[in-house]
Amino acid sequence: MKLIRFTNKGIYCIPGKFYLDPWYPVDYAIISHGHADHARWGMKHYLCHTLTKNIIKHRIGADISVETLNYNEPKTINGVKISFHPAGHIIGSCQIRLEYKGKVVVFSGDYKIKEDGLTTPFESVKCHEFITESTFGLPIYKWQPEHLLKAQIHDWIQMNLSNNRTSVFFGYSLGKSQRIMKLLEDFDEIYVHNAIHHINNAIETSGVALPKTIRLDGNFKKDDMKNKIVIMPPALLGSKLLKRIPNAATAICSGWMQIRGNRRWRGVDAGFVVSDHADWDGLLQAVKASEAEKVYVTHGSQASFSRYLNEIGIESEEVITEYGEEQINSEEKKTVAIAASK
Amino acid sequence: MKAFTQLINSIEITNKTNAKIEALVRYFKTAEDKDKLWMIALFTGKRPSRPVKSSFMKAWCMEISKIPEWLFLESYSTVGDLGETLALLLPDPSNTIEKPVYEWMDELVQLKPKTEEEKKEYVLKAWNGLQPQERLIFNKLIGGSFRIGVSKKTLVNALAKLTNTDVNQLMHSIIGNWDINAITFNELLSGAHINYDNSKPYPFALAYSLEKELNELGTIEDWQIEYKWDGIRGQIVKRNDEIFIWSRGEELVTNQFPELIEAFQTWEGDFVIDGEILAIKDSSVLLFNDLQKRLNRKNISKKLLQEVPIGFYAYDIMEFHQQDLRETSLASRRIQLENLFENNTSTSVKLSETIYVQDWNELNAIRNESRKLNSEGLMLKQKSSTYHIGRKKGTWWKWKVDPLTIDVVMIYAQKGSGRRSSKYTDYTFAVKKEDQLVTIAKAYSGLTDAEITEISRWVTKNATEKFGPVRTVKPELVFEIAFEGIALSNRHKSGVALRFPRIKRWRRDKKVEEIDTIESVKDLIFKQ
Repeated sequence: MKLIRFTNKGIYCIPGKFYLDPWYPVDYAIISHGHADHARWGMKHYLCHTLTKNIIKHRIGADISVETLNYNEPKTINGVKISFHPAGHIIGSCQIRLEYKGKVVVFSGDYKIKEDGLTTPFESVKCHEFITESTFGLPIYKWQPEHLLKAQIHDWIQMNLSNNRTSVFFGYSLGKSQRIMKLLEDFDEIYVHNAIHHINNAIETSGVALPKTIRLDGNFKKDDMKNKIVIMPPALLGSKLLKRIPNAATAICSGWMQIRGNRRWRGVDAGFVVSDHADWDGLLQAVKASEAEKVYVTHGSQASFSRYLNEIGIESEEVITEYGEEQINSEEKKTVAIAASK
Repeated sequence: MKAFTQLINSIEITNKTNAKIEALVRYFKTAEDKDKLWMIALFTGKRPSRPVKSSFMKAWCMEISKIPEWLFLESYSTVGDLGETLALLLPDPSNTIEKPVYEWMDELVQLKPKTEEEKKEYVLKAWNGLQPQERLIFNKLIGGSFRIGVSKKTLVNALAKLTNTDVNQLMHSIIGNWDINAITFNELLSGAHINYDNSKPYPFALAYSLEKELNELGTIEDWQIEYKWDGIRGQIVKRNDEIFIWSRGEELVTNQFPELIEAFQTWEGDFVIDGEILAIKDSSVLLFNDLQKRLNRKNISKKLLQEVPIGFYAYDIMEFHQQDLRETSLASRRIQLENLFENNTSTSVKLSETIYVQDWNELNAIRNESRKLNSEGLMLKQKSSTYHIGRKKGTWWKWKVDPLTIDVVMIYAQKGSGRRSSKYTDYTFAVKKEDQLVTIAKAYSGLTDAEITEISRWVTKNATEKFGPVRTVKPELVFEIAFEGIALSNRHKSGVALRFPRIKRWRRDKKVEEIDTIESVKDLIFKQ
C-alpha cells in the first residue's frame, strides 16, 4: 500500500487523508516549518511544531486553527502515526515522520546538518522512503565551519567600523535573521527592521531566548545609525530606508553567495555564505543516514541530485513541488509591506 | 598571494568603478614591486602563454573530487567560470602555501615546457595548499580572464591617481614594450621605455543626437554632411615613423589592426587623424557583429584576416607636421585632410565621403537609405567648427536612423558569464514560419536586473532540458527586439540577418500568436 502521493495540491498521505506542506487550501495540513512556501494561507486545520505556532499565526492570521506537537511526540490520524523530528533549518522546523502498518516515510521539509547554536540540531531518522529537499544539491556548495564564518563576518564589521561605515546585513526575517543575530551576538547594539522584530517577538513568546536586538525606529536621525549594525529583509535592498542610513556597507547572507556571479549580481559590498540548508555533503549524509530504499528529491537541484543518487546506487526520483526560494521572496515583500503599515 | 586575493575580492564585489580604482590604488601602495608588475601584466594581456591546458585541469579535478563528468559540467554551467568551478569542487586543502604572485608566476613560466606528469604534480600540490579563494586566483594565474571588470582604462586611472601622471602616457607605458624582468615599477610608470611625445593622442570630439528640426540649423551650405559609421572610433597618430591607434575609450589598440599599421607605414609625414575603424570587404562596410570578431584578440588568424579585413574611414585631421590644427575651421581641416589623401593612397584607408544636397528636405531620404550601406545615419558638422574636446552641443550633431523593431518569442535561454553567470541572460528568439517557429536572432541586453531575475525563474520552471547550458523553453514569452538593419542571408536558417539586435522590451501584454512572421520580417528589407 502506498503511503504518500505527490499531487498538484501538495504531498498527500493516502491512508491519513492529510497533506504535508500543501500549496493549495486543504482540510488538514501538517506543516514542516514556518517559511511561506511551506506554511501557506487557507488551510482549515494546521498541525505544526510547538515553536512554529506563533510564527504561522503571525504570518497567516491569528484566527487559524492550529494544533501542535513537540519533537518525538506521536499523534495518530486515521491509523497513521505522525511524529516530528528536528530538521535544524530554522527554529521549530521539523522532519515529518509517517508510519503506517510498519512502513515509514520521512519528509525532510528544509534542513541543515550544521549546528547553529540556536536551532535544535538535525537528527537523522531511519525510514523506507525519504523525501529530501535539494536546494544546494551540487558539489560546488560546501559550507565552511561556523567559527570561520563568524570570524569572517566579524572582520568585515571591524573593517567597516574603522572606515566609519554602518554594517547592514540582509536576510529573510524568519530564520536567516535570527541566524545572523546569533553570529553577531558578541556585538552590543544590533538593530533589526520591524518585520524581523515582529518575527522575533513571535519566537520569544514561545519561550525561546534570542540574542538581544533593538527595533529599528523608522524615524531615526542620520547620526543615530552611524557605525551601527543593522539587519533587514532582502526586499529592502535599494530601498529608501537603506539610503537613509549614512555610509552603509551592505552584505547579503545566503548560500547562493558561494558563487562569485551571485555576489556581484546583487550589487552589495559583501556576500557571506550563510545558509540554513544542507550543503552537498550534508544532503548526502542525510540521505545515507536515513537508510531509505527510495529517495524522492524535491525543490532545488532535484534533477542533478537525484541522478547522482541513482548513480551511486540509491534509488531516487525527482518530484516537482511548489517549494523554493521564489515564494519566500514574494512573501518577504508582503511581510515587509505589512510590517511597514503596522 | 594574500594581498592579491584581497584585491581581487574587493574589486569583484563592487560595480562601482571608483571603488575598483580605490582598491587598486591601495594595492599599488603596499604590494611588492614585482607583484605590481605582474598585476599590470595580467590585466593588460601581457601574461605568459598558458602552461597547463584547462582540459587537464578539469580532468585532474574530476579525478580528485571523484565526481562524474556530467556533474562537473552541471556545476560549471551554474558557476559560469572554469577556474572558479575547479576551486569550489576540489576537496579542502591539507596544508598551507604562501608565496607572492611573482614566485607563482615564475614557477608557472618554468612549468610550461615540462611533462604532463610534472605539471599534474605541481598543480595538485598547489591546489592542496590553497584555500578555495586563493585556488581561484591560482587557476586564473595559469590562464583565463579574471572577469572582474578591470579594463586597461580602469588600471590606468588607478595608476594615474597613484602617481599624478597623464593617463594617456600611462596607457602608452603599460601597453608599450617592457620586460617584467628588466624593469622596475617606477621605471614602468615614468615611461622610461617609451617616447610619449610620439604617441600622445588628442581628446576626441563627440556629438550629441540631433534634437531640433533640420531647418533650425540654418543654411545647408554651412554644414558638412557625412555618413555615421558604426565601427570603432579611432585616432591614428603617426609621428617620427611610429604609428599608434587609440580607441575612443583611450585605449591603445594598435596591435589589433595590423592592416592599418601596414597601410599607414607607407604614408608620408606626421599627422593625427580621426576616423572610424570598420570591417570592410570588397569596398562595402560589414556589420559591427563582424568587426567584433576582430576585437581584443591576442592572435589574429590568417583566416580571420581574410574574412574580416579592417579598413579606416577618415573624418578629420587634428595635427599635421607637428602643428595642432584643432582651432582651425572644419572647412580648412577638411582641405588639409583631402590633401593628405591626394598624396597617399591605401586600399584600406578612405576619406569619409561628404554628402551634397541643395536642401534640408532631401536629407531625410538619404538618412533612411543609409541603412543599406550598413551606416547608422548621418553626421552633421558645422563647417566653421573647431575640433572641440568631448561632447559639445551646437556644432556637431549625429542624426541616426530609427531602429527597426519586431515582436518575437523566446525559444532558448542560456546563462550569462561573469556577473551574469547565475541568471539566464542570453536568449534566442523566433518568429512564425507557417505553423512553425524559426530562429531569427540572439540577444542579451536591454532588460533590467529585476526582469532578468524574473525571466530566469520562469526559464528554470519551463525548461524542457534538465542538464546542459542551453535550455529550450515553451514559446510563451514575447519580446520586442530592435535592430539597426536587416539583409537577406544564406548563413541564417531564417534567411535573414539582423544587424545589432537587442531587446527593446518585454511584451507581457502580447501572446505568442501575435508575434511577427518571417514574411513580415522580410518585408522590412524592402521598406528600409
